[in-house]
Parts: sequence; C-alpha cells; structure tokens
Amino acid sequence: MAIRSFFIPFLLFVLCFCSSLSPVLSLYEDQVGLMDWHQQYIGKVKQAVFSTQKTGRRRVIVSTEENVIASLDLRHGEIFWRHLLGSNDVINGIDIGLGKYVITLSSGGSILRSWNLPDGQMVWESFLQGPKHSKSLLLVPTNLKIEKDNVIVVFSNGRLHAVSCIDGEVLWKKDFEAESFEAQQVIQPSGSDLIYVVGFSASSQFKMYQINARNGELLKHESATFSSGFLREVSLVSSEMVVALDSTGSILLAISFQNGEISFQETPISNLVEDSSGPAVIIPLSVPGIFVIKTNSVTIFIKVIGKGKFEVVEKTNHETAVSNALPISEGQQAFALVQHAGSEIHLAVKLAHDWDDNLLKESIKMDQQRGIPHKVFINNYIRTDRSHGFRLLIVMEDHSLLLLQQGAVVWSREDGLASIIDVTASELPLERDGVSVAKVEHNLFEWLKGHMLKLKGTLMLASPKDVAAIQSMRIKSSEKSKMTRDHNGFRKLLIVLTRAGKLFALHTGDGRVVWSHLLHKSEACQSPIGLNLYQWQVPHHHALDENPSVLVISRCGPSSDAPGVLSFVDTYTGKELNSLSLIHAVVQVIPLPYTDSTEQRLHLLVDSDKHAHLYPKTSEALSIFKHEFSNIYWYSVEDHNGIIKGHALKCMCIGEVVDEFCFDTRDLWSVVFPSESEKIIATVPRKLNEVVHTQAKVIADQDVMYKYISRNILFVATVAPKCSGGIGSVTPEESWLVAYLIDTVTGRILHRVTHHGARGPVHAVFSENWVVYHYFNLRAHRYEMSVIEIYDQSRADNKDVWKLVFGKHNLTSPISLFSRPEVITKSQSYFFTHSVKAIAVTSTAKGITSEQLLIGTIGDQVLALDKRFLDPRRSVNPTQAEKEEGIIPLTDSLPIIPQSYITHALRVEGLRGIITVPAKLESTTLVFAHGVDLFFTQLAPSRTYDSLTEDFSYALLLITIVALVAAIIVTWRLSERKELQDKWR
Amino acid sequence: MDQVHDYENLVADIIAKGMQIYEVLYANVLIGKLPKSCFATKGFALSGRISNVKVILNGGQMYLRGHDGYFSFYYVPSGTHLIEVVAMGYFFSPVRVDVSARNPGKVHAALTENKRGLSELVLKPLRNEQYYEVEEPFSIKSLLKSPMGLMLGFMMVVAFFMPKLVENMDPEEMRRAHEEMRGQGAHSMSTLLPGGVRN
Repeated sequence: MAIRSFFIPFLLFVLCFCSSLSPVLSLYEDQVGLMDWHQQYIGKVKQAVFSTQKTGRRRVIVSTEENVIASLDLRHGEIFWRHLLGSNDVINGIDIGLGKYVITLSSGGSILRSWNLPDGQMVWESFLQGPKHSKSLLLVPTNLKIEKDNVIVVFSNGRLHAVSCIDGEVLWKKDFEAESFEAQQVIQPSGSDLIYVVGFSASSQFKMYQINARNGELLKHESATFSSGFLREVSLVSSEMVVALDSTGSILLAISFQNGEISFQETPISNLVEDSSGPAVIIPLSVPGIFVIKTNSVTIFIKVIGKGKFEVVEKTNHETAVSNALPISEGQQAFALVQHAGSEIHLAVKLAHDWDDNLLKESIKMDQQRGIPHKVFINNYIRTDRSHGFRLLIVMEDHSLLLLQQGAVVWSREDGLASIIDVTASELPLERDGVSVAKVEHNLFEWLKGHMLKLKGTLMLASPKDVAAIQSMRIKSSEKSKMTRDHNGFRKLLIVLTRAGKLFALHTGDGRVVWSHLLHKSEACQSPIGLNLYQWQVPHHHALDENPSVLVISRCGPSSDAPGVLSFVDTYTGKELNSLSLIHAVVQVIPLPYTDSTEQRLHLLVDSDKHAHLYPKTSEALSIFKHEFSNIYWYSVEDHNGIIKGHALKCMCIGEVVDEFCFDTRDLWSVVFPSESEKIIATVPRKLNEVVHTQAKVIADQDVMYKYISRNILFVATVAPKCSGGIGSVTPEESWLVAYLIDTVTGRILHRVTHHGARGPVHAVFSENWVVYHYFNLRAHRYEMSVIEIYDQSRADNKDVWKLVFGKHNLTSPISLFSRPEVITKSQSYFFTHSVKAIAVTSTAKGITSEQLLIGTIGDQVLALDKRFLDPRRSVNPTQAEKEEGIIPLTDSLPIIPQSYITHALRVEGLRGIITVPAKLESTTLVFAHGVDLFFTQLAPSRTYDSLTEDFSYALLLITIVALVAAIIVTWRLSERKELQDKWR
Repeated sequence: MDQVHDYENLVADIIAKGMQIYEVLYANVLIGKLPKSCFATKGFALSGRISNVKVILNGGQMYLRGHDGYFSFYYVPSGTHLIEVVAMGYFFSPVRVDVSARNPGKVHAALTENKRGLSELVLKPLRNEQYYEVEEPFSIKSLLKSPMGLMLGFMMVVAFFMPKLVENMDPEEMRRAHEEMRGQGAHSMSTLLPGGVRN
C-alpha cells in the first residue's frame, strides 16, 4: 500500500522525536510562579476570636462556612495556619483556652479538639458522646478551675461535659434525661462555681438547671410553663435573665431565674413599637442589658431597665450587624454596631450600659460591590495615651473579610473566592493605541544589571540573594499581566461566579481581581442565588467592536421552581448590561450552537412546566431558531427516580398570552433504570466546545480506525442501591457498577458494561470518542480507572488509498443518528492508588496535541496523566510496530510520577473542580483548579513544539551566530592569503 | 504509649458503662500512628511538616496529633475500610483495614499497594516524592550537546579538518579533481558522490 511506505519513515521520525524528550513534563524549582499562581482563601467567616496575648504577633482565629479553622495575622490578614476539616465534621464553635490553645467543637458537638495557637498543631482530641442529638454549645470560662485545671464546658448530644483544657480528659458529665429538653444557653456567672443550663422543653416549658461546676452535681432544677409557647432563639441580657419571644412572635418575654426562681414578664411588642408589623425574631446576641429584634426590615434595639421593663433605644431601617459584648475594663462592656447606608457604612462602638454615648463613631466609604455587612467582631487595644482603641472585623455580603481600624480599611480578603460555583473564560481587549495598560520603563543600566544577574545564574555563580532577585524579576515580568490580548492567547480573563452571588474577573497572568460585580438585587428578588455562567456573546468575526459578555443565571429563592433571573455582564468592564426577572423558573439551560449577527448565542431555557423559552428575544434569533426547529434535541436526568428522558420541541406555547418565544416540548424517549438494582450516580456528557482534529486514527499495522465522534453521547454510571453508604458497608457480592453510553437523540444504548464488585463514587470525563471513569473495586480493595473507546465500524473499510483517490468512499456521506450506527468499543481497566475528587482533560485550540488527564487527588493535588496510559490497546508485550506507535506495555496500575503533579509542591485545599481552556497556541492549554484555594497554570501536554520555551537561551544563539560570522571572516581571510601565495608560487 | 492507654481506658469506659452502641459498631476507636522517625529522612523540621498530614478513612478525614503522630477514628463499623494518608512530599500506600465483627476491637490492616500485612497500625511512607526536576549543574558537556554547540562543533570540523584532508591528498589526484571540476561544471556534484559515474 502506498500509505504504508510513507508512514514507516514518518512514524520512525516521530518516534525518534518523542524519545528524545523525557516522558514526563516537569518543572524545575526555580520555575515555580513563572506560569502558575496559587491563592489561599478560607471562606465566609462564621465566628472569630481574637488572641489577646500580650506578646507575640497578634492574630485572630476564625472558623468559616467552608469548614476551615484558620489563624490570621491581625496586621496584614495573611494566613498563619489553616486546617480544612472534612465535610462531615462541621465546626460548631471555636474559642481560645488558656491563651495558647484554640478549642474547636465539631461533628455535631461530638469531637472537641485543641490546637496549638502558634503553629496550629493538634494537641489533643476528645470524643464526646451522649444519648441524643441536640444543639451544641461551647463555653470556655476564663476563671473556672478544678484542681488547677482550667475547664471547658460543652453541652452536646443532650449531655453536659466538663473537659480539662490541658489534656482533653472528661472531668465529669451530666445527662439531661428529660426527653425533649433543648438547651439554649449555658451560663457560668463569673466568679461563681455554678453553671446554669437553660432551655425549652415540649415547646411551652422553660427549664433551668443549676449545676455545681466542680463535680457536675445537680443543685437545682426548676421549670415553668408559658401557655402560648416559645420561639427557639433566646438572647442573654444578664447572667440571670434571658429574653425570648412567644410562638407568635408578638410578645416579648423576660425570663429571669434569679436564685433558682423562674419568673416571666410579658411585654407585647406593640406596646413598645407602635407601627410594628409582622412577627418578630430575636437576633441571638450576648450584650448585657440590650437585645435586638427584627420585624420585616426594621431592626429594633431594646434596653432592659430594671426587672422586665423594656425601652426602645433605636429603630433603624438600615441593614445592621451587631457584635457580641467585649469586656474592656472593670464592669464595662463594649459592643460594635455596623450600619449600611448607601455607599458608606457607619460604625459605632458603644458601652453596653450607656446607649447614647459613643466610644467611637465613624463612617467609612465602602465599595458598593461588597453589599451589606453580615457580621461584625470587635477587639480592643490600649493606645499610648491609655485610652481604648477598637478594631472591627467585618464580614460582608460577598463573603469578604475586612479589618477596620481608625476609620480606614487596614486589610481586606476576598474570601468569596473560596466558594466558586462556575467558571468561564473570556478574551481580553485587543491591543490598540492607548489601550495598553502596562508600562515598561527600563534604563540601560537596569537592563544590563538584569542580564548580568541572569548570566551569573546560568553559570551557577549566583548567591542566594541573587537567585531570589532573578526569581522575582522573572515572576514580575510585566508581559504576562498586561490587560490586552496576546499573540499566543495565554492572557485571558477567568470569569468566576461565587456562592455569594458575586462575579469576579481574574487575570490569568497573575491571578489578580480585575473587576468584581455583585449580582443586581431588585424589588422582586431580594437575594438571587447564582447558579450558572454561560458565554453570551463572544465577538470574533462580525462584531469585533462589541465587548464580550456572559450570561448569569440565578434563582430567586431556594426552591427549584422559584423564578429565575438573567443578568448580562460585560466581561471587559464588569458592568451589568441588562437584567431580566423572569416569570418562569429555570430548570435547564441549553446553549444552542447558533449565534445571531451580533454573535449573541441563542439559549433555550426550560422551565418547570416543560416549556422552552428562547433567548435573546429578538426576531432575528427567532428566525434562526425556526430554521433549526426540528434539529434541536436535549435530555434530562431525573436521578432520584432513575429516568433519563430525551426531549424535542413540539409547537408554540398554547396559553392566554401569546408568547412567540415560548415553545411546548415533547418527550421522545426515556430510559428507565430498575430502581431495585440500579441507581444513577454519575452522568457526564461531552464538553460542548471541544475541538476534534481528525476522525481517523492510524494504528500500528498501518490500519485506520475511525473514531465514533458524536456530540450527543452521554456517559451514565449506575450502582446497586445498597452502595450508598461508606466503603465498608457493602460486600463485593451485592455490589456492582454499570456503565452506559447513551445516544441522547434517539435514546439508544450504544454500550453497556457491568463491573461486578465495584462501587462509587464515580468520577468520569468524556472527550472525543473515549470516556475514562474512576470507581472503587471492592474485591481488590483498590481504586480503579477504566477507559472505553468507541469506534465507527461503518467507515472501517475506507482504508484503500485508491478508493480515497477515486472518491469511492463514504467519508463525506452525512451522519444521521437515526440510522443505526455500527460501533465497536474497546475498554481496559487499571488500578489507581488514590481517591479522586475531580477529573478533567486538557483541551487545545485545534485538538492536534495529545491529551492528558488531569486528576484531582484526595491530597488536593492535580496529577497530569498521559492519555496513552489509558489506551485499551495496551498489551503486556506490544509488538515492535505497536511500540513504534507509542503503545506502552500494560501494567496493572497507573503510574504516579511525582514530577507530573502540575500543582508541584502546592495543595489546592478543598479541591472541587478543574477547568481547562485552550490557548491560541496549539501546544498549550490553560488549567484552572478551584476549591478553597485557587491554582492556575499553563500546560503543554506534548511540550511546546510550536514555540520556543521560556528558558531558551537567546544569548547562546547570539554567541553562536557571532562566532560563526567571525569564523567565516577568518577563514575567508586565510583562504584569500593562501590563494595569493599560490598565485605567487 | 500513654495516649494509647488513655484511649484504651476510654474504650473500656465506654463499654463498661453499657451505652447504647449500634449493633454493628465494634471498633469504637481505631488508633493508628505515624511514627515521627519516618519523616526524619531528610532532616527537615518535623513539627512544621507533621501538622499538615491528613489521615482519611473512607473519605472522611482526621488530623494527626502534632506532638506524637497519633490519630484516631471513632465508631468504625465492622467491615472493610480504606485509610489514606496525605502528606506533601511522601507517598503512602492506602491501607485496607478489616474490622472484625466477631471479635470486638480486633483489627487487621494491610497495604493495598504491595499487599503487605501490618502487625500494628503504624503507617510509614513507601517513598519520598520529589516534585521538581533536579537542576543539573552547568557543564561544558551540556553546552556542547545543545544545537548551538553542535553547530559550532561542526563548523570547527569543517574549518580545521577539511583543509588537512585536502592537504593529505595526492597532488596528482588534486589536479585531476580540479580539472574535472572545471570541465564538468554543473555535473561536478555527481562525481564527488561515492559511486558516482566516472568517465
């Protein structure tokens, strides 16, 4: 065959080329930070405790909603240490004990840990158990001692524990047998040996237990009944009085339990506030003498005067956050108030007993995109003139954390970035005159100095100081952080949507935030919940003057049939172009492969009544859509009842209001999995924007295989329903995993394979014609990865070159999914050492470069694994021809080469997702991994074969050229002289 | 070993009190240890390293106690479990742990990577992990191996050895070659090639 004679030398050449490169792609230590960046976050702060140590660096200990405990530098906001607890180990409370231990209560109050404050090492751990589930309360009294041992008081699981602060030993415990007793507060009046536990029982009974703190002996037990019941929250106003609301939320109750006597004082809210409307809620606080209630949007501060007498001190419509009280001197307690008013926030620090006098009153300009303040924590310091200064730690609506001191923001952290829910990439503006932002000013001396340093570096003469200087010079190269598009497409904007409903644009060069935008709040929708991001407009051909924009889909409330909100945001500026409050819900969004004349992509939004709505609502879009009406198919997965359905459009909506952008849908097919034996645990489609270079795959014996490439294949994994528990909960015999490949237009099952003795969780990635999935093998008790490749048999006989020449092939015949495809599949399985959190695959601009799998391991690292290791044609003894093709001999497990961790010595703590974006340069792909931390890098799966690398030595090239020119001149001179001599002879 | 005794006492305490423990729960506390000595391979400061080690049982993680390297899991049901250890710079094999249903508290552990059984639950890293390529020192050899070096080398050969070769040729032959060259002009290439046609 003609092809054969051509391919052999070609293959040999490729093989030689490949073998000259080392098989792994790896990094030298001094290349860290050149193309990658890593950012550490903690998440939205739930609770903060200031370390009041006199010596050492000042810190604040925080616990967050991402389940992180961290110690932050109070001066700069940097992280000293940080621990991310498991998702089943939610933090209930934190405090500082003895000034040197951080005490955390987690796992529903059953695990109490102590961490060393300076370095974050765990000191001890105690497991507290009890008879029943209950609210968990942690109390670390400063002066309660039992035999020189400081005591931590924990109420959890219906039991009160006193735990030693030194070694975590349980000193005594006391059960609260009463069936329905729910503790609300544990109180330890300072200076006494008594502990009060107060709470409710059976919804209308208030109970108080007085306990001896030394031995846990029950001293007194009182209960009193209030006929109309209570709301659960209470506010502690003194060590002998709590304030609660009745079950209707309209009567305030002062409950005092002085000397073990319980007495109620009722005050209807309407007596205090004339125009109160709607039920009130108590904001749980502990400020002596003051409590806060909220009705509708009005926050009311009420002071307790005397026994059960109330007085309203302030009413405000502004969004307000209040801190707990902080003892500042003998008998004096201060607390902080933060109010949001337009573009400013007002701070006030007041003494608890004196409302009208402010210790501090300031207004600070606040970025509108931070939203309203959610939480405030107060700390004080003594100024040089012995007066009190205050620091306020504020948590904003966008989850950012700010430290305010002396009327200014000392530092801020964008901790909203710890909870990214969706990512998309956007191009930067084209470089035009005046657009370029970065300015590079170099004088000759500095330029020379830089090159001298680099030369020293290459000759290994550099001192450690020089090395650091070289490193920072390389990292700070202004090229990569410019605000314009570059030739290779390395510079882009990553648009991320966070759980707080804020959009951030991160520059891929250095990871800085270019702009941020908090989702627009309207009258109709007070708190939109961001769901997804889509590329709305990507101008590249016709509409170059338009800025690209993204579509943010959000929902107006927690339930899935709440109305949706669409926001269109310009990616260059971060301005919201338009916002639509929809009347229908958004259950599914289908970006269609059509764009209008301004390059706006058509999107189909399916609501909960199975109507499809077309966006943008223009007549042009409608005409394009009508044209493709019968070619639009989609599927939906109902994983709770195990059904996958295929849908198509039927006709215009039939309703009272004529809406020509609304369409009825019909069900085409459905696949129903038997609920007693199979449960859907993973569905993975192919990526929409993936580019495949060629359908043909040349294999070893010069044969050609044709990949079955269809955008409409879905990978579905089901497991036995028993497998939903932990790994140990099921035996191999009653456990199986079934993998399907389903055509989503016709519902045809193209392939089905059962793995006996396997179980989830399943992580999968689908690309080109292959799918790779990761699961647990119970028999071998190891994790496994399998690959399925699917090939088109109907084109398999197009191998004869003469057929190709004379056009007697069927390669150009249209493919219809309705004709039954002749496909064959090949598959293979391998062991893999680690658990996996996410799998992705590299994607490049033209799809020519070979692919790598990016595996996020349990250790929060990202491993790059060549797709060649997951090739079903691997065999134990590959033939010579197969070896030339690059087939690796089969091994039972996949290799883990430490140098191929793309995160090198870093961790992407709490890894959740890996996103790859193709650069314009074919060899390179951009990788973004996000979790609590963010990590970005560039990757060249087959090395940068199409451009010179960063470490290419231009100096050496120059020297060589100069030397060559010099040599030419010298030899020319020599030869001339010799010729002259010859002629004389 | 004090801590082990503490835990044993705790377990004994729990069992003695006859608390309501689910039927399947046998190993109340699973205690293991990462010996500090295994981290001392390179003379790094131990305290900084060991604090960032996580031990993960079936996906739910725990931290190590900093000063002695003990870890514990509570309420582990009988059955087969998987413990993974995550420590930057070290490769740990996952450990298969069988908690016996018949003998309460009896635990059998084995490494899944090499199927080796463990007599006690002391986990040691299999090997160190080096995440960076080792920088090779600057050498003339590597410089010569680079394309530029090869180019220079080839040029040297041409510049200095070719004239020598020409000098060593027989003068008669030289003259003939010169004549041939002059006579044939454009066809001279073919005569220079070995096996070329000679007239």
